[in-house]
Amino acid sequence: MKKEAAAARHTVDKIKRQAVDVHGKILKKQKPSLKFPLRSLSNVKYDPKHGYLEMRGRKKERTLTVSTVKTFAQTLRMMALSKELVEQDDIATKREAYYVSKNWEECRFLEQTESDTVMDDVEALFEVNREQLGFIPEEKGGEVAGKLFILDKDSDSGKTLRIDCTKFGSGAYSIPISVEHLKFETDAKFILAIETAGMFQRLVKHNYWKRANCVLVSMGGVPTRACRRFIRRLADFKKIPVFVFVDGDPYGISNIYRTLKVGSGNAAHLNEYFCVPQATFLGITPQDIVDYKLPTHPLKDVDIKRARDAIKNDPFFQHHKKWVAAMEHLLKMGVRAEQQALAKHGLNYVIDQYLPEKLAHPERFLP
Amino acid sequence: MAKLAAKKTTRRREHERKPAGKSVRPQAARSQMKLFEEAAPAPAPEMAARPVKQAKPAKVPKTATPPRRETAESLASRQREISVSEFFTKNRHLLGFDNPAKALLTAIKEAVDNSLDACEEAGILPSLEVTIREVSEERYRIMVSDNGPGIVKQQIPKIFGTLLYGSKFHVLKQSRGQQGIGISAAGMYSQLTTGKPVKIISRTSKGKPAHVYEIQIDTRKNAPEVITEGVVDWPHEHGTSVEMELQASYKKGRRSVDDYIAQTALANPHAEVVYTDPKGEEFRYPRLAQELPREPVAIKPHPYGVELGVLMKMMKETRSRNLRGALQADFSRVSGKVADEIAGAAGLRAEARPKSLTPGEVERLFKAIPTIKIMSPPTNCLSPIGDVMILEGLGKAVPGCDFYTAVTRTPAVYRGNPFQIEAGLAYGGPLPGDELTDLWRFANRVPLQYQQAACAITRSAILNDWKNYGLQQARGAVPTAPMVLFVHMASAWVPFTSESKEAIASYPEIVKEIRLALQECGRRLGAWLRHRRRVEDAEKKRSYIEKYIPHIGIALREILGFTAKEEVKVVETLKDTLERSRAI
Repeated sequence: MKKEAAAARHTVDKIKRQAVDVHGKILKKQKPSLKFPLRSLSNVKYDPKHGYLEMRGRKKERTLTVSTVKTFAQTLRMMALSKELVEQDDIATKREAYYVSKNWEECRFLEQTESDTVMDDVEALFEVNREQLGFIPEEKGGEVAGKLFILDKDSDSGKTLRIDCTKFGSGAYSIPISVEHLKFETDAKFILAIETAGMFQRLVKHNYWKRANCVLVSMGGVPTRACRRFIRRLADFKKIPVFVFVDGDPYGISNIYRTLKVGSGNAAHLNEYFCVPQATFLGITPQDIVDYKLPTHPLKDVDIKRARDAIKNDPFFQHHKKWVAAMEHLLKMGVRAEQQALAKHGLNYVIDQYLPEKLAHPERFLP
Repeated sequence: MAKLAAKKTTRRREHERKPAGKSVRPQAARSQMKLFEEAAPAPAPEMAARPVKQAKPAKVPKTATPPRRETAESLASRQREISVSEFFTKNRHLLGFDNPAKALLTAIKEAVDNSLDACEEAGILPSLEVTIREVSEERYRIMVSDNGPGIVKQQIPKIFGTLLYGSKFHVLKQSRGQQGIGISAAGMYSQLTTGKPVKIISRTSKGKPAHVYEIQIDTRKNAPEVITEGVVDWPHEHGTSVEMELQASYKKGRRSVDDYIAQTALANPHAEVVYTDPKGEEFRYPRLAQELPREPVAIKPHPYGVELGVLMKMMKETRSRNLRGALQADFSRVSGKVADEIAGAAGLRAEARPKSLTPGEVERLFKAIPTIKIMSPPTNCLSPIGDVMILEGLGKAVPGCDFYTAVTRTPAVYRGNPFQIEAGLAYGGPLPGDELTDLWRFANRVPLQYQQAACAITRSAILNDWKNYGLQQARGAVPTAPMVLFVHMASAWVPFTSESKEAIASYPEIVKEIRLALQECGRRLGAWLRHRRRVEDAEKKRSYIEKYIPHIGIALREILGFTAKEEVKVVETLKDTLERSRAI
């Protein structure tokens, strides 16, 4: 508890220091300005020793002028709201914050995307996690099944809860929004992170985790921060590898896998915590499409653009020659294959053939 | 009967919808046809048949000599003179009668031109009445009357019943009419399409009777045929009234008679016009200027503008006995010294008898003229409207605009003809912003409605780069802006591209002058637009500051917890800082 209070004080101090700076400039008849780190792939670098996309430190300065006055005022009001939330130990979802702004007269946000952008700006400005600012996302964290006990606390009694992830039947454990306080007990050999809920359901239904002695995590598309943090803490805690099983397309590779392993370009100041550097890519690889004669669909224009962008601008892919080759292979074939394309060879082909064959050679996984 | 008439009408309409061929058809081949009935068919079917005719001879074996179908004698038996009236009966498009809507406009225009010219020549402030009445579908009766000097009795039939009969052709002076074709051609069209004569009432003074004539044209003889004549009671002290019935169609919008009348009033601020449209609605255009425009003076031709044929004719017809005297007397700006220089450059004696110059000598004379520096022609033959009157007229014609301006250029010369360009514009207000600029063209105070694309005014407006003045302009088009552009060319001889006087020919000197006038208007508009934008920006800036700065105060107070007094200070200081900064 003490630690949390200290973190809260720390956040409030940061907000106050920024406000004092703005206030001082105004009194000196100067135009105040805010310095934001540039939030884009062009402002990140990749060092495999660190294992995540790091900020290069380029900043954009937003000076208060007539044309920026609206966003500037909104940013300051968002900071004031954050300070209030943190001091009162309260939270607001992104959507709630948007509705709070409706009290701000002309300053109100017209769409939630506007308030989300300002919130991301404030987060980057202070280089903190938005949870530390009192804002929480609505998104679901992901689902877990397998040989794992999760130690959580009962919010009323404060007693430790020991959650058995084998006892959810055909259902699964939901990753909460904050995972920092969780502890784990497991003797699983690895974590299998899966893109689609459909594939996760198949593996859960047939108790694949029992056969392979692993923990199954459904990411449901691009993994949320909570999901990334959960996998990272579990993998660090038990020193077990993480294998990623996604669709064989630029979205699965570049958006889902890359974000899980090394974080995002948009909130790079947080990547240090929200990344899983030990993750490796099980499939579907471009070579799998050939080897397993998978049924495919042609790459769409957005897929092609995404793949080219990864080769050209993404420091992670640029660092790994194997990935550049794999992406080029995919572009050359001009097709994509989904995880569930394996069903062509039989519904349980993935359990009986594909996964065992792949897992026999983890050294062949893409980095 | 009614059924028959209706059938006829539709057939005629079909003809007129076909593209009007500009080709002049062989007259001899058609001489046996009856005039009134045969003039209407459009040349289209014949044109379609032409390629087949050309294809035929190719199939004839080359070795066989084709039999002679005609002999010089048999041809000669059918060769005869074609009267001007006959020629124009069959080529009415040359005079602006190619479709019913245009015919209505042209007929009114010719009558109005004559009325205004007559009033001005007599020194009378013109008062015109224009009335259109719908007789039946596609048939209208028009009446144009003026308070001019009137026409003496004997001249009435000739003026309205003869083509190419007029007072202006041989005089180099700014006037609306030129050739003496217009009003008689309108009468001929009326006669052709309705069979009714033209009715003229004219009175020369209070003490004299008002004569009334009904006249038709004998197209073969190009001579008037008086149907009735007499004397009537007429309320006006002096003036002339022309009335005719014609097949026509009345439309609203661009190129309409309504627009023509409004623009005529704009270009003739000294005239009063009362116009009654076919629905019986009356439009009054009051007199804006109480003085007549300066009377244009007739000038002699300038040597730079003369053509070889004309020069030969002038040398034959001159009254002077020697070349020096002929050049000096028959041209403007030629002094004895200049005449000697021209003669010298041509290798001719200044004392030579002009009448006995050989064609080769006249050609040398012709080639010598451009090598001698001759003073520009006098410009007192011009009568511009004047920028003040254009401004006032635009204000009346397009009321409620945000910006008006007008420019009158100093006179310039093309091919020895003095001319003067005036331009004006009205911007904003009720005008539509997403449409092309409305271009109003005038020549000697006459609005030009058709053939916009062929006109030097349009070309100049397109060539001008309006983006410089903050307007949008697509390639090869006039600017897209809420704007009316006014351009007037005054000249002793306006170079029209055709006899129907719809477009001004693009002489480089004319295009240049129009562009200079438009550029001046454009610069003034641009300056005004920039000023307005600055004012708007400043306004927007102020409103932004008023709206959002207080929120910065609120946020800082919430974060730092200072007093309401401090908040006011922060807000006031910041407002002050931003208002003083120029950046937007």
